[in-house]
Amino acid sequence: MTEYSFLGKSLPRLDAAGKLTGKAQYVADLNIPGMLHGVILRSPYAHARIRRLDVSKACALPGVVAVITAADIPASAGRAIMAEDKVLYGSHPVAAVAAVTREIAEAALGCIEVEYEPLPVVSDGVEAMKPDAPLLHPNLYTESMTGKASTPSNIANFTEFRRGDVEAGFAQAAVVREDTYRTQMIHHGYLEPQACVAQVDSGGKVTIWASVQGAFTFREQLGASLGLPLSRIRVVPMEVGGGFGGKNGMLLGPLCVLLAQKAGRPVRMVMTREEDLRMARPAPPTTITVKLGATREGLLTAAEVTMVYEAGAFASPLPPSGFVTGLSPYCLPNVKVNGYVVVVNKPPVGALRAPGAPQAAFAVECQMDQMAEALGMDPLQFRFKNIVTQGDRALNDLTYARIGFQEVLEKVAQHPNWVRPLEGKYRGRGLACGMWFGGVGSSAATLNINADGTFALLVGSVDLTGTRTIFVQIVAEELGVSPDEVSVVMGDTDTAPYADIAAGSRTTRQMGAAVQQACHDAKAELIRRGAASLGVAEGEVEYRDRRVQMKGHPEKFVSLRDLARASISTAAGPIVGRGASTRPSPAPSLAAHVVDVEVDPETGKVTVLSYTAVQDVGFAINPTMVEGQIQGAVAMGAGWALSEDYIFEDGILQNASLMDYHQPTAADLPMIDTAIVEVPSDNPYGVRGVGEPPIVPSLAAIANAIHKATGVRMSKLPMTSEAVWRAIRAQAKG
Amino acid sequence: MNPFEYRRPKTLRETLRLLAAAKDGAKLLAGGTDLLIQLKERRTLPSLVVDIKAIPELQRLEHVSQRGLHLGAAVSLNRVLDYPLLAQHFPILAQACVQLGSLQIRSRASVGGNLCNASPAASTAPSLLCLKAQAVIAGPGGRRRILLEDFFQGPNQTALGKDELLVEVFVPTPSPSSRGCYLQLTQRQEMDIPMVNVACLLTLGRGGRCQQARVALGAVAPTPIRARRAEALLEGHALNSQAIQEAAEAAAKESSPIDDVRASAEYRREMVKVLTRRALQSCLEEAASP
Repeated sequence: MTEYSFLGKSLPRLDAAGKLTGKAQYVADLNIPGMLHGVILRSPYAHARIRRLDVSKACALPGVVAVITAADIPASAGRAIMAEDKVLYGSHPVAAVAAVTREIAEAALGCIEVEYEPLPVVSDGVEAMKPDAPLLHPNLYTESMTGKASTPSNIANFTEFRRGDVEAGFAQAAVVREDTYRTQMIHHGYLEPQACVAQVDSGGKVTIWASVQGAFTFREQLGASLGLPLSRIRVVPMEVGGGFGGKNGMLLGPLCVLLAQKAGRPVRMVMTREEDLRMARPAPPTTITVKLGATREGLLTAAEVTMVYEAGAFASPLPPSGFVTGLSPYCLPNVKVNGYVVVVNKPPVGALRAPGAPQAAFAVECQMDQMAEALGMDPLQFRFKNIVTQGDRALNDLTYARIGFQEVLEKVAQHPNWVRPLEGKYRGRGLACGMWFGGVGSSAATLNINADGTFALLVGSVDLTGTRTIFVQIVAEELGVSPDEVSVVMGDTDTAPYADIAAGSRTTRQMGAAVQQACHDAKAELIRRGAASLGVAEGEVEYRDRRVQMKGHPEKFVSLRDLARASISTAAGPIVGRGASTRPSPAPSLAAHVVDVEVDPETGKVTVLSYTAVQDVGFAINPTMVEGQIQGAVAMGAGWALSEDYIFEDGILQNASLMDYHQPTAADLPMIDTAIVEVPSDNPYGVRGVGEPPIVPSLAAIANAIHKATGVRMSKLPMTSEAVWRAIRAQAKG
Repeated sequence: MNPFEYRRPKTLRETLRLLAAAKDGAKLLAGGTDLLIQLKERRTLPSLVVDIKAIPELQRLEHVSQRGLHLGAAVSLNRVLDYPLLAQHFPILAQACVQLGSLQIRSRASVGGNLCNASPAASTAPSLLCLKAQAVIAGPGGRRRILLEDFFQGPNQTALGKDELLVEVFVPTPSPSSRGCYLQLTQRQEMDIPMVNVACLLTLGRGGRCQQARVALGAVAPTPIRARRAEALLEGHALNSQAIQEAAEAAAKESSPIDDVRASAEYRREMVKVLTRRALQSCLEEAASP
């Protein structure tokens, strides 16, 4: 492996000190002269017709500057952000107000008169599919590969995957098991609630400061939504206090801009924690039935899976990736997947860390354990026999390049936390695997060489996970300078070159490649100018140690500093390195988790004793940051598995506070052990996506551990104390 | 948040005068861990907020030997926990205080606030009920002293009049031969409200005979309650696992829990049984060890 000076080293995060000392600037810290405060009137019903909406008293309240309703919002913005004739989920916005103080704006909400006619609430995906279920959208016709359905229903999308002959596959099997698994809705749990500030200048150009994962992506969506050309919108991305897929800006962005346009003054909107829990775009609940067949020797022969993903009240046109990822870690000659996306009267769902994949893995990986048990086989050995390797095909017809699944499982097999015996009553060790393809996209970077030979990198990507530090490591490595000599700026959409959204475990792979190219470009220019200065051909010089020097004659050189100084005073001009990357090949990441739990059989309380996450990351540019992402993902998965839940009554959320929405704290988890496997991908430096894969196996790993500890198979999340207690009691009663 | 007047009086007399003048528009502020959230969410709209942390009587924390602990209503939980004699004389109070909220919450929140908020699930209430704590109340007519079990009147309702305030909780020193235990069941280890909490305090005589028993339950009735039938089953009897089981079942029958987002009534009632049995068992084991 290449020896690097700065890559593969755990440099401290550049953004850490500012965030830890409270000096980092977030949207809610912004104050613009004349700024108004925007708030939203939310529906108290999950499904109701709006009979009357009268905002006149709110408009008349002193201090209120603008009030908007669906009438002010172009149809292109959609109805998820503001209800028109019908509210379709609890807290569906009905109106928004901008006033000189937040207090006045909130008081104005109380003056808005709305008459609702409640309609039957559809709150369960499986129920919503029934022919007699009330329809949310009279014009929703199921989209599928074969076209559009002829009658409306609550099924927005039907996707099928077929491979081989499942009937024949099950006929070959010695063991066949079929079970149904259910997962709940969960919130991203970012620390910083959704926020944005919008300002419209005298020429109508919109500037919006936002907590978003992708400034350019947000700008495109905002432009499409409001019918504005991209040149009329400038998005300034601020520090983001956690995204996890939930910060695309569109929850508040269009409303904030429309209020600012109508008011003629800047408007700030910052959600409260309660609003964020009620209105954000959570992970979809699912109901997944998995049927697996295997030979006596433990080779899978067939899989038949029916997946129902709830979309909330509005469906995205894309089928969830969980339709594909669940079965993709395994070689399956015969497959049938039926995937449904169904609308219900709940908040519209959105992307959340490996969107859709943890749910699918929960069902498939629990079923893999059930199969291993039925076969009398060790769960790790059973997986070893069935994993995909290079050349195998995933369900989406991607042919795997080199992947590290085998290496990950070998690491598990040798890991002390897998090898050592687990002693004690009501203790169990669970194993589960998971995979994630990772997103692709386009990004560019610009590297300026300063007059003193230091470097300034400009990127348009948002730093969620420490990517600024990664880019500095790359520039320092490629140019042979100290990280102190490199600055990195996250520009806005008017100053920085295009960057795709920081999502899909993409930024280090995608923007990292662009930064590497920008370094190569700058270095090539240094070599050109250095050779010219030395009066020799380019091929005779090399760049090394801040110098362009003659190959074999290092005493003949021109320094980086001299070239840099000359660049601003000679006709040659400033040196700017440019790099761009487009659609790199996906670099699937595989992870396997081992968890030990203890269950209190009388209370049902589950205690996680130890947790080990093994993952193929390709190459860890910053191992500490990689470990941090893996640990964070496991903590998120543990909350999903054990305690987090949206509790609805008639479609209205009953636990919209962090007191009763039970995200785990540090006290609930042991130190999470990580084991990094590095099987290089085709990406620069061999990196793979890191942030999403480690949440994928976590739900099933914990469920499998609880099964080993108690004999109880938890097929529904979350596995709260009470849920586990009920399952143990049901088992005791037989 | 709505606008309100803020005062920080230095004497009890001035505080009472402010309360009388404000009619029923005043709210008292100690640690603020409940009140500030209520204010921000507009669940309470006071015209006056009176910060009581500068009143010396409310910051009193003193153990008068043989008699008991004077626990000022505004003393923070972390100060209580740092008090050297607490774990020695009042272990069940220490066990309750250390499980309330989180380290950060405990640096602000007070026992007085925990009691005056009068949540049925208040972490410190069952232990204080077992310890026969008294509420010392000041009002326009002077001071009065009532048993804590008479202090709670319903969810978020206490015996305090609009013009009264809690000055301190007086906790009589329990017998040196007493053994106690406090247990709470939460979904999270920290930052959580108990689904059920149980305290017990037993005075054991020769041969493990229970001379006096106190069992108190939280989160399973409109207020924290004593489980008197369980107490009666224990008093005068030798403490063994059968007696403990019977008392635990009696306690469960005495509870009247509700279904809510935290737990079902059925689960809560069963957990009263489990926690009461475990708490009593712990007393028995502690008594057996030298």
